[in-house]
Amino acid sequence: MIGGRGGSLAGVERARVPAAELQDEESSAWLRRLGAAGAERTAAERELHAILVRIALAEVRRRSAGTPVNGKELDDVAHQAADDAMVAILAKLDGFRGESRFTTWAYRFVILEVSTKLGRHYWRNPPVALDAGQWELLPDRFGIDPARQAEAAGVFAEVRRVVDEELTAHQRRVFVAIVVDGIPLDALAAELGLRRNALYKVVFDARRKIRRALVAKGYLDDPGLERR
Amino acid sequence: MRNLERLERFLRTDPRDVGCDEAMAVLHVYVDLVAAGQDAAARYPGVAAHLEACGPCGEDFTGLLLAATSG
Repeated sequence: MIGGRGGSLAGVERARVPAAELQDEESSAWLRRLGAAGAERTAAERELHAILVRIALAEVRRRSAGTPVNGKELDDVAHQAADDAMVAILAKLDGFRGESRFTTWAYRFVILEVSTKLGRHYWRNPPVALDAGQWELLPDRFGIDPARQAEAAGVFAEVRRVVDEELTAHQRRVFVAIVVDGIPLDALAAELGLRRNALYKVVFDARRKIRRALVAKGYLDDPGLERR
Repeated sequence: MRNLERLERFLRTDPRDVGCDEAMAVLHVYVDLVAAGQDAAARYPGVAAHLEACGPCGEDFTGLLLAATSG
């Protein structure tokens, strides 16, 4: 049932999108039906919500290997994601500009909701604590052959030196959580109350600094794309 | 050093990378281009660079493409 788990849709603004201007008939039909009144709108909402639930369930199952969330909690995440996506879609119908099919635009909401919710739920049973700092596992994370880890020890020592000496406390915390401890970026975003993009930028800048240091020390030959 | 391939790939940054916010803002457009067999990476090289480098956004891309093409 629409809104059954995630709250009522009452009060959500009705569509005012010029459906007739869209080129594909399916998108026009969705906008017309969602912008209608009464039974036609209700039927369209139920149909869209059912699709969102199906997509969300498929998506959480696809991602199940990469999250500590499982079982009924995973299904709950899917239903919550579908409910919240439905509310957002109806509230933002005016923002649909016909650059894609309506359904692809709408499905994006539920996919992003799944990401966000799996990030939040990660902390109910986290496999690793925030600030654990498992540096000894870093060579394994990058697939270094155990028999050749001694050979790579200098490289990883330099990586750690850059992180310890050239990053700010915030940058260091983010890098260690995501790269060293393998905490999912969306989980860290939820825990720190930051946007995914802000954390990505921190790691992006750290990657550049570390790469430059490794090139300067002769561990890496290729200056890479950053100097193009 | 062949042993360091994954680390080297991880550290390589692409200046065209637009970041998560911009990539997610056009993800639906990008996915429809891919689903239609068009060269989305040529039209949005900064998005392509980002999806290649950002695990979470890459997952969102894969999930949305599957949803959009699942019928």
